[in-house]
Amino acid sequence: MLSRVANSIYWLNRYVERAENIARFIDVNLNLILDSPTGMTQQWEPLVKITGDAPLFQERYGEVLPENVIQFLAFDRDYPNSILSCLQIARENARSVREVISSEMWEQVNAFYMMVKEAAPKQNLASLHDFFTQVKLASHLFSGIMDATMTHNEGWHFGQIGRLLERADKTSRILDVKYYILLPSVHDVGTTLDEIQWMSLLRSASAYEMYRKREHRINPTLVAEFLILDREFPRSIRFCFLNAERSLHEITGTPVGTWRDPAERALGRLRSQLEYMTIADIFETGLHEFINTLQEQLNGVGQSIFNAYFALEPMVEAVEEIKPISSLQTQTQTQTQTAIGS
Amino acid sequence: MRFDTYDPGDFYDELFIEKGKPRPQANPLIDRINSLSDGELLQRQQAAQSAMFKLGITFTVYGDSEGNERIFPFDIIPRIVAANEWATLNRGLKQRIEALNLFIADIYGDQKIIKDGIIPIELVHSAKGFLKPCIGLKPPKGIWCHITGTDLVREKDGQWYVLEDNMRCPSGVSYVLENRRVMKSTFPQVFRTMDIQPVDEYPSHLLETLLNLAPDNLPNPNVVVITPGIYNSAYFEHSFLAQQMGVELVEGKDLVVADGYLQMRTTKGLKRVDVVYRRIDDDFIDPLAFRSDSLLGVPGLMDVYRSGRLGIANALGTGVADDKAIYAYVPEMIRYYLGEDQIIPNVPTFLCGNPQHLDHVLANLDKLVVKAANESGGYGMLIGTQATAEQREDFADRIRANPRNYIAQPTLCLSRVPTLIESHIEGCHVDLRPYILYGKDIYVNPGGLTRVALKRGSLVVNSSQGGGSKDTWVVTE
Repeated sequence: MLSRVANSIYWLNRYVERAENIARFIDVNLNLILDSPTGMTQQWEPLVKITGDAPLFQERYGEVLPENVIQFLAFDRDYPNSILSCLQIARENARSVREVISSEMWEQVNAFYMMVKEAAPKQNLASLHDFFTQVKLASHLFSGIMDATMTHNEGWHFGQIGRLLERADKTSRILDVKYYILLPSVHDVGTTLDEIQWMSLLRSASAYEMYRKREHRINPTLVAEFLILDREFPRSIRFCFLNAERSLHEITGTPVGTWRDPAERALGRLRSQLEYMTIADIFETGLHEFINTLQEQLNGVGQSIFNAYFALEPMVEAVEEIKPISSLQTQTQTQTQTAIGS
Repeated sequence: MRFDTYDPGDFYDELFIEKGKPRPQANPLIDRINSLSDGELLQRQQAAQSAMFKLGITFTVYGDSEGNERIFPFDIIPRIVAANEWATLNRGLKQRIEALNLFIADIYGDQKIIKDGIIPIELVHSAKGFLKPCIGLKPPKGIWCHITGTDLVREKDGQWYVLEDNMRCPSGVSYVLENRRVMKSTFPQVFRTMDIQPVDEYPSHLLETLLNLAPDNLPNPNVVVITPGIYNSAYFEHSFLAQQMGVELVEGKDLVVADGYLQMRTTKGLKRVDVVYRRIDDDFIDPLAFRSDSLLGVPGLMDVYRSGRLGIANALGTGVADDKAIYAYVPEMIRYYLGEDQIIPNVPTFLCGNPQHLDHVLANLDKLVVKAANESGGYGMLIGTQATAEQREDFADRIRANPRNYIAQPTLCLSRVPTLIESHIEGCHVDLRPYILYGKDIYVNPGGLTRVALKRGSLVVNSSQGGGSKDTWVVTE
């Protein structure tokens, strides 16, 4: 498969997944506000903080008002990680590989983008929840269509890797929201308010019911454990790593547990690190610190995948006169840099 | 909406002989449309267009900041060509492509036609598409132009003319195929009652044509389509054709010359490419041989081509026959190489490079259409009858400054086809671009792209100038 095509399918999936997760971020806050005691400061700032793009927001909007945050994260065309921008990039990626993906996949990305584009000027607070639900559904629809209509070949596996790495990153950020949401005072730890916040967090990862079935009671340590280390829940970080690694080895043919190139090694290492970790270890490091390190490692995995499969440098001896300009690389680097947080 | 009030007026109409009297081959279609209830035709038109938008059958609009695409406006009233008439066009197009290929081979080879004084050497050498690096080249099987889109028009008296030949990277065939797909779902009953020649064989013929160029004895030649990328206006077509043929769509950056072969970069290393259907102009395809600033092409590709390790369609250098001044000599070429008379005539053409012609052109600018010899897409032209005195004066200066680059033709009264404009049916001018493939044999896809001028009274049918398209039916009565 062409390196460029593999790269585009990978990013197509990352961006669709990213758009979905931004909808999840905002939606969790909309829910929280409804349950928060009156007079409590609305917690919109953390949302901007976890994106890692707070300075950009500051520069463009100044004040942290709910409508500003929503505009920025959902509909801002000049912000490369807004839902609208993500879908535009996803669509461009899909368009560049139309001959490889199924036509249903293309139609779904196209329709998804149009839906968000048309919603952009019409949004109001009352209809937002519906809108975010639609975004989540459209994303599920896309991955379902991809699963059911595209041959599970190399391209499909690259798409899986893109989606799962993006999802692992975003689950970690959803968890990090709790770090930034301050309770009114230390005495509130373990109170109803605290519990409500953890529940919202679970909901935004679509993890609430699944968590309840497993643990019954809401307990911060167990919630973190579920979202990071659960082996079976499809949005947990460990689950994402396990399956991304499996796809990577399907592509290379190297048996899982061994490695032949730096990408396999980086991902394998990250996955096995989680295999042998306990939630106590994580809390010892500090949850927020653990998440920071994890996100850096994830960026490293993304970079080694790029180097190993997408970046194939031209044979320099054949083209010495011309300095190779790989717009492939610049495009991807921009996308990596603009990844939420850095 | 019915045809009862439709008046073809003082024009050649492709569907009507006169008011209320359809051409025999169009009868079943007209009956069908007349039987639709009010508004239904319009509704079907809108449904067809929105299907195209949803499917992304679009072209990219240059200069649009959001990188948006538009659909090529599509009209659901087809243009119908009678099968016996098509048979003549078919023969005429084959004849023309054969002669043009012999001509290109000759001028990059022995140049007999120049030596015999049929075409002046300066004219050939000054053609923008004439590429010196191609002299002495021997493309596989001796064929230069494998894919041609030839523009035909029909005059008021019903006579067909060749308006121009597009021998570099003619586009539009994807719309022929997609228009037909939409039409079949729009008028299924009509397709059952009429004997309409299918167009769907095009991708198979195209693939065969390309495979025919593979270096010998390869069990599984690797064919690719090369595109400038998603921002190119014809990107949809590039991707569509690659998909229909089941071959890779590549960009210049996916390719590299290594070990003497053209190779593509895959996730598992380099893979050899044997045949390229290029949708990039000659100038851009190899920065070492042609434009050094091109980022679209592949450095060193020309050497691989010269060594015979690569087939390219169309061969580099075919653009010389795209030149509108060279076009004027096609009737002579046909006589010279084939010893035959031209079956479909050229539009009478004045070459501004010829001093007598130039005087005539300058004196009659208000009656003529003047075109730059190397432009396409409806750019660089003057329609004398519709231009202001100032525009004509300005154009006269341009012609005097570079007479070789201009030709002039009488203003033709293009035939018309009933077309939905807003909510009624109106006659609009059309041309026709059939697609011709030259592989083991010459194949002409039955029909072609009918382009229609959607602005009232306009004669300009180019998509970049607000034109639309129609399906073209070759029908046995």
